[in-house]
Amino acid sequence: MISLDFAAVLAEWPLVLRGAGVTLALTAAAAVGGLALGVACAWARLHGAAWLRWIAGGYVELIRNTPFIVQLFFLFFGLPSLGVRLSPEAASVLAMVVNLGAYAAEIVRAGIVATPRGQVEAARSLALTELQVFTRVVLPPALQRVWPAMVSQIVIVMLGSAVCGQVATAELSHAVNLIQSRNFRAFEAFIVGTAAYLLLSVALRRLLNWIGPRFLFNR
Amino acid sequence: MVDFTLWEILRNLLLALRWTVALSLVAFIGGAVVGLALLVARLARLPGAERFVGAYVQLFQGTPLLMQLFFLFFGLSGLGLSLSNWSAAAIALTLYSSAFFTEIWRGCVNAVPKGQWEASSALALGLGEQLRHVIGPQALRVAVPPTVGFAVQVIKGTALASVIGFSELTKTGSTIANATFRPFTVFACVALLYFALCFPVSLWARSLERKLHGHR
Repeated sequence: MISLDFAAVLAEWPLVLRGAGVTLALTAAAAVGGLALGVACAWARLHGAAWLRWIAGGYVELIRNTPFIVQLFFLFFGLPSLGVRLSPEAASVLAMVVNLGAYAAEIVRAGIVATPRGQVEAARSLALTELQVFTRVVLPPALQRVWPAMVSQIVIVMLGSAVCGQVATAELSHAVNLIQSRNFRAFEAFIVGTAAYLLLSVALRRLLNWIGPRFLFNR
Repeated sequence: MVDFTLWEILRNLLLALRWTVALSLVAFIGGAVVGLALLVARLARLPGAERFVGAYVQLFQGTPLLMQLFFLFFGLSGLGLSLSNWSAAAIALTLYSSAFFTEIWRGCVNAVPKGQWEASSALALGLGEQLRHVIGPQALRVAVPPTVGFAVQVIKGTALASVIGFSELTKTGSTIANATFRPFTVFACVALLYFALCFPVSLWARSLERKLHGHR
């Protein structure tokens, strides 16, 4: 007879909570870094010199066409043989930033391309420098246009961060694995873990939809 | 430590690539079938279908694929229902892709003008006939590029099956890296093989998209 014992899993709530906290911290770092990298790459692909455009394009295609777990393994297991030894957390954040950066670059680029020409011409005729035109006139509305896609991508990266538990980063999926290896309540533990992720993704989406208009555009 | 030449590493990875391709195909086809069934259930307005599919999509798109794999592989065995890692991976990836397919295709069906539904029902076509002869062909035209694009996500998703010990490309890469102590070379090769698999598909999806929009 099957008997379920959710209490045994829920009794480990501090572990779950800490794991969720680590997941959110990883995601926050990745979102900030990835967004910045994405904007930089989008700029490079649109306005950079030929070699810069080529590098940014190669980076975007390489990342978008390989699995996140391989990127993470390459950074965590592969780089030490070049003498670069990263902690699990550092490798996780780096992999997430690099991953999100590539997707963000494409998303931001789509937003920038949709900028009406007249806006840029008007800004130039007001004697704004190229940098000012980009950061004040082009970028904020571009981000606003593509924010829903960006939010989805950040949520995807948050869900993808479950893989970081594989290199011993103590995030949510790692905590759930730890719990089920302690009390052998695998079924209950993964239900609780999955529900926690579901909650996180809904909450993160809401949070980002709130943050975007307040801090990134519409100022 | 085992000494492998670069060719031996590549050869073993190429052999493992077959499993990545096989798993991708199973997940893609299975996901398409289940996704289509869910879509038809929604279009047929079966009682409760709208709600069920909504919750289904939210569940599979709102939780990590890795957790879904863990749940099927470790979670169910906790209940005494043991799946092999191959079937757990195939089922998890099928369900995961079906949730995406059903959403993608719903968008494509919605893109068909409403008048087409009205006209075909005025001709007394049943739902099956409407879908087959009127809505389906028009939705299909729009659906091909994003479907091909999603194939890339499926291929990349199969890499997670390595975590439950299924010996596809990533898992074999880890094994070889552990045996040869050359993780840099091995994971670079693994990444390049995924790239070689996914990039042409990405390019294909992009050219299909361009063609579609060119015709408009």
